Amino acid sequence: MSMLQPGQRAPEFALPATPDQKVSLAEFRGKNLILIFYPADWSPVCSDELSVFNEILPMLKDYQAQILGISVDGPWCHQAFAQARKIKFPLLSDFEPKGEVARKYGSYREGEGTSERSLYVIDGEGVIRWSYLSPMGVNPGADGVLDALESLSHAEVSR
Amino acid sequence: MTAGARLRLPVNEKDHMRGPKNAPIVIVEYGDYQCPHCARAFPIVEQLQKSLGDNLLFVYRHFPIAESHPDAPNAARAAEASGRQGRFWEMHSLLFENQSSLDSDSLVGYAESLDLDMKRWLLDMDSDAIEDKVEEDFKSGVRSGANGTPTFFVNGSRYDGDWSFEPFLEAVSSEIPSR
Repeated sequence: MSMLQPGQRAPEFALPATPDQKVSLAEFRGKNLILIFYPADWSPVCSDELSVFNEILPMLKDYQAQILGISVDGPWCHQAFAQARKIKFPLLSDFEPKGEVARKYGSYREGEGTSERSLYVIDGEGVIRWSYLSPMGVNPGADGVLDALESLSHAEVSR
Repeated sequence: MTAGARLRLPVNEKDHMRGPKNAPIVIVEYGDYQCPHCARAFPIVEQLQKSLGDNLLFVYRHFPIAESHPDAPNAARAAEASGRQGRFWEMHSLLFENQSSLDSDSLVGYAESLDLDMKRWLLDMDSDAIEDKVEEDFKSGVRSGANGTPTFFVNGSRYDGDWSFEPFLEAVSSEIPSR
């Protein structure tokens, strides 16, 4: 399964962000969106990765960008995890059917039954502008995402 | 790209550094005084300095993960304020050695133990200049692909390997040109 590439339309999704509330891609029209697929709540590398993205939220306002995290964990698990780590962006549950959205985004690991560690930047029209698959166990950091958002905002100014 | 993340802000005169500027190995650490992994890395870096001597230039930059470590930004400011009086590294050691007590009163106590000019230290702690330095460090880390704490860059490339002493020493030693 391979990652979707820049220029492709981002597949729609609607996933639970809390036990009683869903979030869909369509809600982000007109804004830039960062999708973070990660293997599991609580695992040390994921936690560091999400913590770094959590800290850059103020920097993202300049780019009109929002973040969604996605893993196969259930919404109750996400809730406990987000509270413990003070994660301030929504974590979506790709829980039932398991990994369906991760599969659409070429980010599912069959053997493990979890998402890959991958990143997408999607523009306000729902088009993928950047994607990155990180080696398992290596936390990607936020440099690639910020570079992508920067070149997007330049492109919009010159349009 | 994220793979092979590179240090975007070169080592410069605003940095706190130890070792000769022309050393063949330059390690830049992005760290957080309240992060337990960074406290674990602290004596390892000291061992590296001992083993590598003049072959190593070590630079420390701040990367406080404030949501998880609420005392980390203040601790970073304390190190910077001590640096204004030439005592950055002494405070740096005190902070990692006393990681469980980084509240404001403790920080004042560490500064007093270094015989600093306290009036000046307290003013510096609250100054915009020091706030900006910590923020610039953090931003340069994000733009360089720092992905948690500690993140090490060895001669400009993010080091994703094992940073326990022996593997780290072996990895960085390969940067020394053979004569």
